[in-house]
Amino acid sequence: MLKGHRTWVFENKPAILSTATVGGPFEANGRIADDFDLLHEDLWLGEQSYEKAHKVLLEEAMFKAMEKAGIAKEKVQLIIAGDLINQMTPTNFAARTIGAPYLGVFGACSTSMEGLALSAFIVNHGGADYILTGAASHNAAVEKQFRYPTEYGGQKPPTAQWTVTGAGVALISTYGDGPRVTSATIGRVVDMGLSDPFNMGGAMAPAAVDTIEAHLRDMQIDASYYDLIVTGDLGKIGREISLDLLRQHGMNIEEERYQDCGLIIYREGQPVLSGASGAGCSAVVAYGHLLNRMKRGELKRILVVATGALLSPLSFQQNETIPCIAHAVAIEHGGDGP
Amino acid sequence: MANEKRKRLTSTQQEYHLFEKERETKRPVAKNCVRAFLVGGLICAVGQAISYFYMYFFDFTEQTVGNPTVATMVFLSMIFTGLGVYDRIAQFAGAGSAVPVTGFGNAVISAAIEHRTEGFVLGVGANMFKLAGSVILFGTFAAFVVALVKTVATKWGGL
Repeated sequence: MLKGHRTWVFENKPAILSTATVGGPFEANGRIADDFDLLHEDLWLGEQSYEKAHKVLLEEAMFKAMEKAGIAKEKVQLIIAGDLINQMTPTNFAARTIGAPYLGVFGACSTSMEGLALSAFIVNHGGADYILTGAASHNAAVEKQFRYPTEYGGQKPPTAQWTVTGAGVALISTYGDGPRVTSATIGRVVDMGLSDPFNMGGAMAPAAVDTIEAHLRDMQIDASYYDLIVTGDLGKIGREISLDLLRQHGMNIEEERYQDCGLIIYREGQPVLSGASGAGCSAVVAYGHLLNRMKRGELKRILVVATGALLSPLSFQQNETIPCIAHAVAIEHGGDGP
Repeated sequence: MANEKRKRLTSTQQEYHLFEKERETKRPVAKNCVRAFLVGGLICAVGQAISYFYMYFFDFTEQTVGNPTVATMVFLSMIFTGLGVYDRIAQFAGAGSAVPVTGFGNAVISAAIEHRTEGFVLGVGANMFKLAGSVILFGTFAAFVVALVKTVATKWGGL
């Protein structure tokens, strides 16, 4: 049901039956290593190419999520997932393995929440009983496409971010128990004219602010309604900018209740510069770390605002600015929505 | 950012640019310069040592020693790139490891390694000079222009 201008409220309270997260070697050394279901020692995952390894990440996460919920793959009626690689081949190939009906979605690094919002909407309205949704990224495969070769010695500025190697998948259904998806706000494309691909946080911050404000306005609630508002991959700089913007717009939000997935995943001292990024970033942090905290009862209500920079290497070379988007999804324990 | 680019932005965008710039972590220019000076100098010192080595043990003069020295330096750069060390040195050194010939070697080799998975012809062959290609092109063109100027000046300029 549409509430306000662009927020969906899910009255049937779709549940996240299970989630699974898979990570790479860099994530295994990170701060939330314990929250992963599966960690790989080798960036190749024993595959012939990074793109194939990327596909395996997603496959493993999908199978793990189904296994944890005890749902056979034949019961999955829809897969809604995506990644950052051209034509989304890793996700397409993973969907081929599962064999369920499939919709590929691209929202750059906001794909995780774009997928979750759509899945919750479809499940809520009886379009499917079980939906697998998720997002993945692979550091080397993504860097290869968007930036320079991985071994190229180019100095990255302090505003640059580190692409996560990982996949996060959730199984959504109205049958069964789990944290409830209560509402979702679809973002609009915001372009503040920034064009530096090594400063995504700064470019994406206004999009996150726009979506958070729209969500709170549509739902007629205060930021304090949520125990945690967590952005996707704004990094150090983006988080600070968005926090300042929110405050400038008169929103009262506490520092510790406003976090960023890109700053949660890695440990202090890992060479990630401004923080983490990539489609897998918000997926592994939200579906792993944050939902585990919800299950332990540390968090009751969270708003995940996944942020995405909708650029391509070509658009940047042609001097286009970076359009950005953010999608917000509210996840609540037990699901007593407003 | 160029002024022309800025003109195309709306006033809200321009305002945000200033807002964003204030909060952006600045590149540590002074620190980068010192690091580039030290690492770049170190690489050059190694190169000098290799030159002396060839001059001392082999039959090379100061004029001819350049070729084997450059080949050795590029070979070392290739080894370090393959071992995954060069990009880490570069993150520390910046221009210090990019400007010497080892940086050029790294640009070629890293691209070759990266595209090995697409095969030798369409992968390695087609992408090897992805980064270094423009250096070769404009380097050769610049040399041509300089040679042209020199020829014209000596032939007709009476120099």
